[in-house]
Amino acid sequence: MTWDLVVNVVIAGVLTGLVYGLMALGLSVIFGVVRVVNFAHGEMMTVAMYAATVLFAAFKLDPFLAVLPVAAAFFVFGYVMQAGLINPFITRPEHSQFMLMVAVAIIMVNALLMIFGPAAHNVQVDYQLESFELGKILLDKARLYAAAAAVLAAAALFAFFKFSLTGKAIRACADSYLGARVVGLNVKRLYALTFGLGAACVAVAGCAMVLLVDVTPPLGPYYTLLAFVIVIVGGLGSMTGALLGGVLIGVSEALAGLFIAPSAKSMFSFGLLILVLLLRPQGLLGRKQ
Amino acid sequence: MRARVSLAVLLALLAALPAFAGSYALSVATLILYFAYTGQAWNVMMGFAGQLSLGHSLYVGVGGYAAGALFFHYGIGPWAGLWVALLLCVALGVVIGFLAFRFGISGVYFALLTIAFAEFTRIGFDHLDWLGGPGGMFLRVAQRDIWDLANFRGPPLMYYYAMLFLTAGAFALCYFLLRSRAGYYWQAIREDEEAAQALGINTFRWKMLAVAISSAMTAVSGVFFAFYYNNLFPEQIFHISRSIEIILGPVIGGVGTLFGPILGAAVLTLLSDGITEALAALGWEIPGIKQVFYGLVLLAVVMFLPNGIWPTIAKKLRL
Repeated sequence: MTWDLVVNVVIAGVLTGLVYGLMALGLSVIFGVVRVVNFAHGEMMTVAMYAATVLFAAFKLDPFLAVLPVAAAFFVFGYVMQAGLINPFITRPEHSQFMLMVAVAIIMVNALLMIFGPAAHNVQVDYQLESFELGKILLDKARLYAAAAAVLAAAALFAFFKFSLTGKAIRACADSYLGARVVGLNVKRLYALTFGLGAACVAVAGCAMVLLVDVTPPLGPYYTLLAFVIVIVGGLGSMTGALLGGVLIGVSEALAGLFIAPSAKSMFSFGLLILVLLLRPQGLLGRKQ
Repeated sequence: MRARVSLAVLLALLAALPAFAGSYALSVATLILYFAYTGQAWNVMMGFAGQLSLGHSLYVGVGGYAAGALFFHYGIGPWAGLWVALLLCVALGVVIGFLAFRFGISGVYFALLTIAFAEFTRIGFDHLDWLGGPGGMFLRVAQRDIWDLANFRGPPLMYYYAMLFLTAGAFALCYFLLRSRAGYYWQAIREDEEAAQALGINTFRWKMLAVAISSAMTAVSGVFFAFYYNNLFPEQIFHISRSIEIILGPVIGGVGTLFGPILGAAVLTLLSDGITEALAALGWEIPGIKQVFYGLVLLAVVMFLPNGIWPTIAKKLRL
């Protein structure tokens, strides 16, 4: 085993990790603001991946163009789901919210199974087989573009929360539910908006991810757990933390796959989660409560 | 009084059930009791003490594998294996509880910690060849006509009565626990931990007790599972969907109630079977369709009966 190989694997891990990070960013935003545990997060991710394969099969639409309609649809879906389904649950106990999202997740993953069957689906574009060569480093084009899309989407979200008035209002809701209501914010509508934005993040991540892996229904629960690991490791409520967590998990998965066994890769993610929960429960970049 | 009489009648009916039921109905009833018992065990932690565990498959799996491996490798029967399973699961529960409660982890974070331990163990077991790895571990199949109590091998009837005994025992245990000092302390912690602490309750110690009892009870489920099904796969027994299955019964029936886990297990198992039959009769046998219906019903119950089915029924029956 040479250093070149290790470096290449680490770089691939970083790039995939950025896409993971965008997925987790959606979860972090939803949980940070709405305080509801979205246990259907990975399932939403797989729905987006299937949507990209369908658009590709029907119209030969490149997944990077499919991002726009899929993200728009996901925004509406997320908004409606929060407004219609989840808002009544925000004052209920955690296990009740958890069961609600589990029910949604069960419906989603099995609806996908009904429609698409258990076989793997994917998209095939020319640049998936091409790569940039920088000396001994090979960069897969698809992976690089996917990571770039993830970074762009994350940057847009950062800017929205930092500079726009609505973004500030949402942050106010996250800081204090009561305070936000006192100053006259329509908290429920802002919650719905937040869930819509989180869903749109997942849509972008899903369209990018479909270029890197084949999609099957069981990927949904796997991504849900992965997103939770990333968000906790990075620090709940910290947006840079989600991206950093994604990169860390991406690299640790890649290295575990290289040095130990691909099947053992998520064991390291969960090991990391246990360590972070115990030693730094607010996450690497999280604020102390 | 009404409640006690109803309970006695129900128990008598369940004891007499094998006289009327065919082998299929008996297997369904055994499954219901299995989920009722395991749900009751989970309920001690969540329903009584307010600690949400989403990783109870860990204790089922470790308990099942402990007793199963002793039987498989050394021919040691489940009565000895049970103690090993109990010890291991209590030790695991205590370690997880100690780490979580000492570091002040609660709520969603605690739930995620329990998932992490279960998933970590699942993948670990996938790589343990001594326990069969992902290919699974198979116990010698039982002689179905002899009651071999020493090795817990026998006809389905034996497993049914074993599960009935366990469910009734767990119900009685929880009845007394709820009315004991521990029960009142747990409920105080569940409702408001800080207030409980201010009253001088050592919340750490009582939460640990809840975890220990719950994990011990769940270990027994695991031993039963191993000797009833005779096969163990990490992918199946430790999977998070198993943990969710355990939780569904008490949540649907009513978290924190004594009868909720039993009612919830019955409703869900019968519902699942009913959907299977209905879809078969209609000829709609598409993979996934059953779970979609199941999910829709679950959604409806969670939305419209937030406290579960049992509290609503109990009020109507004035029990």
